Amino acid sequence: MEASVTTVTGGRSIFERSPASRLPDRALRWGLSGLATLILIIIAYFFARLIGQSGSVFNRYGLSFVFGNDWDTSRNIYHGAALVVGTLITSAIALLIGVPVAVASAVFINELCPRRLRGILSVLIDLLAAVPSVVYGLWGVFVLAPKLLPVEKWFASTFSFIPWIGGGVPTLYNYFIAGLILAVMVLPIVSAISREVIATVPSEHKEAALALGATRWEMIRMAVMPYSRPGITGGAMLGLGRALGETIAVVLLIGAAPTIGHHLFQQGYTLAAVIASEFGEAQDIHLSALFAAGLVLFVLTLIVNIIARWIVARGSHGTRGTGATGMTIASGPATER
Amino acid sequence: MSALASIPQISARRRRTDRIMRGVLLAGAVIALIPLVLILYYLLKNGLKTWSGNFFTTDPTGAFFGNQGGIRSAILGSLEIVALATLIAIPIGIGVALYLTEYGMEGWFAQTVRYFVDVMTGVPSIMFGLFIYIVLVTAHIGGGFTAWKGSVALALLMLPIVVRSAEVVLLLVPSGLREAALALGAPRWRVIFRVVLPTAAPGLVTGSLLAVARGMGETAPLLFTVSTAFGLTGNLGAQMNTLPFQIYTDIQSPNPAIVARAWGAGLTLVILVLILNVAARTIARRSRMA
Repeated sequence: MEASVTTVTGGRSIFERSPASRLPDRALRWGLSGLATLILIIIAYFFARLIGQSGSVFNRYGLSFVFGNDWDTSRNIYHGAALVVGTLITSAIALLIGVPVAVASAVFINELCPRRLRGILSVLIDLLAAVPSVVYGLWGVFVLAPKLLPVEKWFASTFSFIPWIGGGVPTLYNYFIAGLILAVMVLPIVSAISREVIATVPSEHKEAALALGATRWEMIRMAVMPYSRPGITGGAMLGLGRALGETIAVVLLIGAAPTIGHHLFQQGYTLAAVIASEFGEAQDIHLSALFAAGLVLFVLTLIVNIIARWIVARGSHGTRGTGATGMTIASGPATER
Repeated sequence: MSALASIPQISARRRRTDRIMRGVLLAGAVIALIPLVLILYYLLKNGLKTWSGNFFTTDPTGAFFGNQGGIRSAILGSLEIVALATLIAIPIGIGVALYLTEYGMEGWFAQTVRYFVDVMTGVPSIMFGLFIYIVLVTAHIGGGFTAWKGSVALALLMLPIVVRSAEVVLLLVPSGLREAALALGAPRWRVIFRVVLPTAAPGLVTGSLLAVARGMGETAPLLFTVSTAFGLTGNLGAQMNTLPFQIYTDIQSPNPAIVARAWGAGLTLVILVLILNVAARTIARRSRMA
């Protein structure tokens, strides 16, 4: 190329933009990078402030804040083992009830259901995720808890020989009811992720199983489940993350007693619930203790989420995380989350 | 027929197991639907009774006996707070997603941001309220409890949802379109504003609406930031009534008339959230993306 044709004054190629016209490009690039950095700064800042605010509690109690069992606002003593235990018990109940139902519904929708029903069933289960948690609380308090009380009483007396079940049903609000409402809230998350994972099972695997003479169930057991197990496990972990941190529905149904219940139908407390219900009158060290409860909850959900994402990513068979599963994880089962 | 005869029969036991397990899976699907049906049934049964002209045009009075009032200030307060949260979360969220797809791509910084956005989606909603409480409320920036602080908390909650859904949609924009525009000499920012964003628009709207629906129903973040008020106010610098919070306090009332208002407000909230969800789905279905 001739120099006189391809350059303008200043020796710049005519294919190059003038510095002035490159300005908006640079501004946009740095602006957007700034926004991305902002997210990291916010998370780091939050973590630092939360540690700072709960510092006085950890200074005073050390690890006995988590392991000691004595939470008494009247004596201003804050050992939160009952909260941690309550959080773990209710979440465990939620997973024990929610995950089998969610996985069964996902397998049914993907493998057994007539094609016409598939879409509508998925949408209906996804809608569960759109119901606000305060509405779950409303329904739980005025419908679920009173209607289930006789059933709980019957169950507790019939199966009283099983550890942690006997002992009657002293209260309307207890671990079981809180766990049950959490199961309903976890269900759409686990179901949506399971459906997506099951949909990625190669049809060759399924056809091979059927061609070898497997029945439908045998095909599901031998071709579908092994392939989708890691993804479903990750989905269940994400559900666990949700159950651990759920606040409003639980605070209404847990019974608000900062003690460790001796059996399934006793009242208790969770980390999130104690923050929500005691926050109003908390001051000084009490407020600090609530922040510390928040810190424990934050760390707990972080660990669970990190493990969950690791399992989902490992189990997604080479598809990138930003695919369909990424969307579900981010925004919930196509509706809310 | 003769060819089939040579295929060995499936034993009765295997056939029985198959039938039982199919039944179990069907039962799972049915059980999964029961809560939704029951919740909608009770919402309609208890909520519709309370709906009247007065219910939507009067504010709650806070009185225990006599005239308790309706939910006007709660509806308008919710809409106001969520609108401000949307104005904060959506530009930032789409901006971050643009950074990830157009500039950061697979670099270590973008991967880090992506990871922490993922982590943010798993943070319990109450933590966002706590954060704003520590940073803005106790610091007394512009007063104690105010509506705009609730908006900031909801915006933080909505942000990761917007980023992740926007990123998925932006990645679907064919790179051929970007390359064609660049080859024609368009600068990068023009490609983004004139080609990438318009192409992705329906999907971006879908993701944003889902985030709005999510923010609309959240109670916990408002607990620590907005607190509550009865009267109608347009002032985002004051305490404000919101639908989720009104339901939350009404549930705890021993007065059946106030509990009834909680059902009416619950039905209203669910319908608002469902409208947003249906709108999002309709837009998603109309466009081939998202």
